[in-house]
Amino acid sequence: MVEFLKEVPSIRFMALRRWWYVISAAVVVASIVLVMVRGLNLTVDFTGGLVFEVGFSQPVDLEEVRASLAAGGIEDFQVRTYGTASELEVRLPPAATGAADADARRVIGALRSIDPTVRLNRTESVGPQVSQQLGQQAALALLMTLLLVLIYIAFRFRWRFGVGSLVASLHDPIVAVGAIALLGIPFDLNVVAALLTILGYSVNDTVVIFDRIRERFKSMRKAEPAEVIDRAINETLARTIIVSGCALSSVIFLAVLGGETLRGFAVALAIGIVIGTYSSIYVAGAIALDLGASARDFMPPEKRGDVDDLP
Amino acid sequence: MQRYPLWKGVLLAAIVVAAFLFALPNWYGESPALQLSRRDRAEFDPATVTAIADALKAAGVPAQEVYTDDDGRLWARFTQVDHQLKARDLIQSRFEGQYAIALTNASRAPEWLNTLGLEPMSLGLDLRGGMLLVYEVDTDGAVAQLLQRLERDFRKELRDARIQYQEVAVAGLSVHVTLRDAGQVDAARKVLLAYDPQLTFAPDAPPGTLTAALTEAAVKERQAFAIQQNITALENRVNALGVAETVVQRQGQNRIAVQVPGVQDASEVVRLLGKVATLEFRLVETTASPLEAERTGRAPLGTRLYKQRDGTPVLLKRDVIATGEQLIDASFAPAQGEPSVSVKLDSRGGDEMLRTTRENLNKPMAVVFIEKERELAMRDGREVAIDRSKEEVISVATIRGVFSNNFQITGLSAAEGTELAKLLRAGALAAPIIIVEQRVIGPSVGQDNITKGTRALVIAGLVLFGFMILYYKVFGLIADIVLLTNVMLIIALLGMFGAALTLPGIAGIVLTVGTAVDANILIYERIREELKNGASPWAAINAGFDNAFSAIADSNVTMFLAGGVLFLFGSGPVRGFAVTLMLGVVASMFTALIGSRALIFLAYGRRRRVERLAI
Repeated sequence: MVEFLKEVPSIRFMALRRWWYVISAAVVVASIVLVMVRGLNLTVDFTGGLVFEVGFSQPVDLEEVRASLAAGGIEDFQVRTYGTASELEVRLPPAATGAADADARRVIGALRSIDPTVRLNRTESVGPQVSQQLGQQAALALLMTLLLVLIYIAFRFRWRFGVGSLVASLHDPIVAVGAIALLGIPFDLNVVAALLTILGYSVNDTVVIFDRIRERFKSMRKAEPAEVIDRAINETLARTIIVSGCALSSVIFLAVLGGETLRGFAVALAIGIVIGTYSSIYVAGAIALDLGASARDFMPPEKRGDVDDLP
Repeated sequence: MQRYPLWKGVLLAAIVVAAFLFALPNWYGESPALQLSRRDRAEFDPATVTAIADALKAAGVPAQEVYTDDDGRLWARFTQVDHQLKARDLIQSRFEGQYAIALTNASRAPEWLNTLGLEPMSLGLDLRGGMLLVYEVDTDGAVAQLLQRLERDFRKELRDARIQYQEVAVAGLSVHVTLRDAGQVDAARKVLLAYDPQLTFAPDAPPGTLTAALTEAAVKERQAFAIQQNITALENRVNALGVAETVVQRQGQNRIAVQVPGVQDASEVVRLLGKVATLEFRLVETTASPLEAERTGRAPLGTRLYKQRDGTPVLLKRDVIATGEQLIDASFAPAQGEPSVSVKLDSRGGDEMLRTTRENLNKPMAVVFIEKERELAMRDGREVAIDRSKEEVISVATIRGVFSNNFQITGLSAAEGTELAKLLRAGALAAPIIIVEQRVIGPSVGQDNITKGTRALVIAGLVLFGFMILYYKVFGLIADIVLLTNVMLIIALLGMFGAALTLPGIAGIVLTVGTAVDANILIYERIREELKNGASPWAAINAGFDNAFSAIADSNVTMFLAGGVLFLFGSGPVRGFAVTLMLGVVASMFTALIGSRALIFLAYGRRRRVERLAI
């Protein structure tokens, strides 16, 4: 048998939980501060505006591109390379509507002075009417999902566990968003999908550990709750390591080989997997414990005398 | 020896085979292609097909295959995107203006799969390239139009009835009338009710005045009309592009999303979709032969030659009875005896209609559908706008009675009636629309996303599969087979539901495959644990599945619920994610719990005694 852990380890996770609370809280606060101070690298999906991805036949000088755009009468533009040195992204501020054709013609017209064969590979134009709504809609979807997960877990595992998983599920996307802000990864709708994936992943991890906790509470009735939770986490540790390792390796391949469009998405996922693994061990279980989770949560309700129920 | 119920095995095999067949067309992949449709919507004849194929060969960009599809479009498949682009330029210059050309991808699946009706799943615009346009319908503007028309018509009705008014004005959602003579209020109300019996008047209006308010229902109806009208118009124009797999759908309250895969000339699409439609009601000229006019190319004095939708010519009188601007509503009523389309015009149109029908009883009247487009062309280095219009007769019906602003068109089948009502509405005074979102993804970008994304996923998959075999031996192999089946099932389900695969959709698949791996690992770790505790192999297997079940079920149910919520509240990319997530959960529950157990039975079930498990 190939095994990572020959014996079930007996790490006392719960003993150190106060320290992890402090660290988690600090990371969450740091993430929020980072997002507020540094801000997210929001794409046109959320800010509105226009983006043109243009391809030249050979590498071009950014300054030259800026000069020719300015000469073409285009204002308030931003230029950055996209992938290779011969591909650029030109971004313009939001206009009154989301129509892009007139601006596309002007931008391409201006860039022809550098390279007559310049191609327009991608256009994204989001009007102010849409951008605000896209953000609101994504946030609403996220909130409703969290609420539903809370209700389901509370229903299946008692409320203490529901709260534990909710805190873990909130913790993970917040820290992931903080990491995205730190790394300056463009925040678009695909990254929102990545955040949702992180959420799903974290919930899955939490449920697996909770399931083992539930089982151990039933079989180890005399033990202390902290001991039971530690035991459950230790027993599932091999599985946790293997699953997280597999998932992490997959998204790293996606990040390295998947191309420019997938990169931000994959990096966000990788960050989320690491955080999700940690949080289901420390955040979810520990909060349930401190809210007073015990074997009583999973006892069958006491039966009344059989005789009384007979007709 | 352990028994596995036969019916379960057969059912399982049947599902896997079906999934395999449904997923198979995706295996062959797609190649870059051009799709041509004739501007006159006719089919391609074999000679043209050969001519185009030869022209491509002569120009050094040979097509792998040139063929026509069931909808009369011509497809040319290429080995490289480079050839595809050159071929497009060639066809554009050689056969100028004859064809609508779209850059697209064609499936490489063999013919027998196509005849079975099995097609590869469609890819979202982010993966295949194409264009997304989101229009916002100005529904408030549409209501304002309605109020202005009421105001205008009230004036005319009162004038015609010789009732003098001081003022007729729009105030909020109502039209306010102040009469010169307070005694004529009842007479005025009668006149206006005759114009539109559905008007409601405010009971507490001051003496000498009338206030006709739009009911909430009327406002809603007008808004729905404005959106439906624009959807129909956009659908018509998108179909005219001749591109396969286009989508026009309502999005939220007042938006319409249009997806056109594969097209590259974005501004042409925007221009074609931005046409303005209108209608003209005209009398048919019955004294001259339209065929004769068509042959000679000369229409008799005072008439014009038109074509009906089926291509037959018809001569119409030059005088216009009413136009689309005067059309208030057109609706199909299937239930009342025979199918009919009821049409409602405004006062001006009604007057003209009354006069015409009185004089032309039992003569035919036609409705012409006109679409105008504004084209920008370069003339002497300057952009100038040229208006072009397309005219088509959508209905010819005999006048069976004298009528004014309310009438029915009968003698139609249900399908014809629905279509006519739609076209009439599309030609009514249009509620203004603006583009609020426009995304164009070049085919090379889409192709790049696919090639790189697929390569990354395949490598990641191989590493994962290798690890599972190394770590869990025979059971790892079983898990690998189960995971492959899982992906195959998701692809088959996507194809069956006609859902397009997008980048966020791939995220959904990654997540569900991740949880499917997790499900298998949970079961196997559990089996190992049981073995360590001294359980016999079969007892360990059964206990492994039974004990892991609640964890797998709970996590999958949670994810399915989350997918459902995201589907309901999300839009666009979030929805794409939700769809694959939900389908993936179903597939992974099935494969991990039922499929992998069946395979274990297959591997160990026949042996009389199982000494050791290769786990």
